[in-house]
Amino acid sequence: MTVLRHKSGHFLHTFGCAALARFLLSYSQTRLKGNHNMANFFNEMTADEVGTDSKVREHYREFNNWLEQQSPETIARKRAEADLTFRRVGITFAVYGDDAGTERLIPFDTIPRIIPAAEWAQMQTGLVQRVQALNMFIHDIYHEQNIIKAGIIPAEQIYKNAQYRPEMQGIAVASDIYAHIAGVDIVRAGQGEFYVLEDNLRVPSGVSYMLEDRKMMMRLFPELFARNRIAPVDHYPDMLLDNLRSVAPMGVDDPTVVVMTPGMYNSAYFEHAFLAQQMGVELVEGKDLFVNDNSVYMRTTRGPKRVDVIYRRVDDDFLDPLAFRSDSSLGVPGLLSVYRAGRVTLANAIGTGVADDKSIYPFVPDMIKFYLSQEPILNNVPTYQCRKAADLSYVLANLPKLVVKEVHGAGGYGMLVGPASSLAQIEDFRQRLLANPDGYIAQPTLALSACPTYVEAGIAPRHIDLRPFVLSGKTISMVPGGLTRVALGEGSLVVNSSQGGGTKDTWVLEATSAFAGEKTC
Amino acid sequence: MLSRTADHLFWMARYTERAENTARMLDVNMQTSMLPQSEQDAEQGWRATLGISELQSAYDHKYGRFHTRDVLDFMVRDPNNPSSILACLTGARENARAVRGTLTTEVWEIQNATWLDMQKRLKSNLLETDPSAFFEWVKYRSHLSRGVTLGTMLKDEAIYFIRLGTFLERADNTARILDVKFHGARDTSKDITQRDFYYWAALLRSVSGFEIYRKVYRDVITPERVAELLMLRGDMPRSLLACMDDVVENLKHIRNDVSADTERFAGKLHAELKFGHIDDIMKAGLHHTLTEFLENIYELGNRVSRDFLVPLAA
Repeated sequence: MTVLRHKSGHFLHTFGCAALARFLLSYSQTRLKGNHNMANFFNEMTADEVGTDSKVREHYREFNNWLEQQSPETIARKRAEADLTFRRVGITFAVYGDDAGTERLIPFDTIPRIIPAAEWAQMQTGLVQRVQALNMFIHDIYHEQNIIKAGIIPAEQIYKNAQYRPEMQGIAVASDIYAHIAGVDIVRAGQGEFYVLEDNLRVPSGVSYMLEDRKMMMRLFPELFARNRIAPVDHYPDMLLDNLRSVAPMGVDDPTVVVMTPGMYNSAYFEHAFLAQQMGVELVEGKDLFVNDNSVYMRTTRGPKRVDVIYRRVDDDFLDPLAFRSDSSLGVPGLLSVYRAGRVTLANAIGTGVADDKSIYPFVPDMIKFYLSQEPILNNVPTYQCRKAADLSYVLANLPKLVVKEVHGAGGYGMLVGPASSLAQIEDFRQRLLANPDGYIAQPTLALSACPTYVEAGIAPRHIDLRPFVLSGKTISMVPGGLTRVALGEGSLVVNSSQGGGTKDTWVLEATSAFAGEKTC
Repeated sequence: MLSRTADHLFWMARYTERAENTARMLDVNMQTSMLPQSEQDAEQGWRATLGISELQSAYDHKYGRFHTRDVLDFMVRDPNNPSSILACLTGARENARAVRGTLTTEVWEIQNATWLDMQKRLKSNLLETDPSAFFEWVKYRSHLSRGVTLGTMLKDEAIYFIRLGTFLERADNTARILDVKFHGARDTSKDITQRDFYYWAALLRSVSGFEIYRKVYRDVITPERVAELLMLRGDMPRSLLACMDDVVENLKHIRNDVSADTERFAGKLHAELKFGHIDDIMKAGLHHTLTEFLENIYELGNRVSRDFLVPLAA
């Protein structure tokens, strides 16, 4: 695995392309070595043994039967229709740079990614467990710091982290929840095991594409939904609103919720507007809000109106020019002081970035054991912390097979992709590792699973990942599935967020028993 | 509603309406330029069109000389001319995009589709080969946008700000068209020649008023009646009075703690039209009356911004 972490300003990215960018890179890098044979990867639709790809997995069988009956012309027509609709509806993302002002579509693939009920149930339990532990961790490090006192995470791993916000120390937040919305990136590798690639706990995006992809599939292929028992996802905005209302400041009975966006030229603006509309709440920019008398107000046509919960899609750094970056015009002066006084809820909380940082990532399984006394259900990608002597010697002995990255590096800077590097580069990194082992971690290069996808030449397997969206408030909830992203290019080396991959509808097939239950009603 | 949201809605409506009126003016000028006339007259007609939007100097600065094709280019697809159809429809769409969550999906899709389609149409040479078809299309899209707004949006503040923008802009545009055309007319006495008939008929057509005139007056066209129809008839949908009816009505719906004075201001303007008589207006001077009206409309727009759209206490 190679890692390209988000640079500052998550919100400047096209919906969280870091992970996708990462696997595009690792994919293309391996391919450079000439050993990237799609048959070597776990195939979501067909059995993975080489040469036996005629065997379709059970949960794909109904879909495959249907697909075989479709003429290429029908599919082509439907795909064109999808494109046209997305453009008319304006489901686009803004492009920065040369063509500023132009809007692009995110390619949509009409072959769904299908997950059987049992697999999802397992994943869901694992996600609840993981996100619960992460929230407890964030609360802990801003309060008692038991996990540091217990010697499980070294103190400097927390304090030296740029994402750790001392402003949050000792501050009580509603229900002790920090990451109200988490986008946990999950990949599948090897023989089909799931791994968590990263926990996005700041401002994860992409959920609007999950919803729009479903709407599009239902519009294009209604018959598929009659033939398969596909768990619905459309109630996500209701769940989100419910969740946001549940974490309002103490004593507020009927909270006013808003969505805060950096503005219409932000690449994810569509999603911000979409979620505000679906929840029926105001979409505000920083300049619409002001602080007065220790409360946050929005400027309305009928005068100031108090705001209780802000679902902010603006990074920590830009929230309050008085507290963080003073050159930011996106934020609200004085917001932090109202927040610290517990008079407004920010979702997600300030300072969650410390928990999804790659230097903290290796500790998540330990957190689960520490806070919940449970065994982790979801795997971490094995990570070697070079600050440990045993790990370091393993890494030094296996450099050509591994991906090595700087703990606090960003944007792929100071990273070694072993399988794609020259001997000289590897040697150079060996010296750096020896000089400063604390500054590095290493991971094996994973072989990601693939799903059949339309490409120019027809249908071919392409690598995918999955981002379920986990909501935490009074309870932890999520809709079945999430956003499936697919790396469309065969070996494209351009790892640019604006040229990232495409998306697929994600189906969680309901167990047959659910239907049997209905009949008895 | 957020002040900024109201501001975007207000301007979305104004730009949509302005695009329509620009198309109407250009279309009617295309029609009249087909009449037998001297080159000076033809140029005069196009210059008057530029004059309506106070764009003569901007045009001269850019082109230096007069050419019909250049005027069309300038008024249709010049992104730097804030009154060009391209600029208006882009402005409408940008404002809609900023508040797409407040609009119904249908309203947003119409705005977006219009903008997408406009680019396609301007790339093809439709404007050169069949300008009227292009202008028809602009009008049609404006109708569609108004219709889908009325047909799908909840009757709450959002729609009142949209309607307010529409009618303020329309009042402004109708007054401008009337003012410039009256100025440009050779003769505004009661007995007009056949040549002038086409002039006034074209003006009426530009505001979809030709058939209405026939229905209302059942008589020959006279400049004075044209002015009366476009100013004082409350049943003529593009007249100043009709526009002010709607302005006053919508202002009432969005009333807040500080807007009483603005309502009074609009009410006075409305009353002057409602109880005005065309003879008095002609006596006082039509140009004078219209100039004053335009100044008042401008002031009213400012007051709306101040009361509702510009941020209140910070």
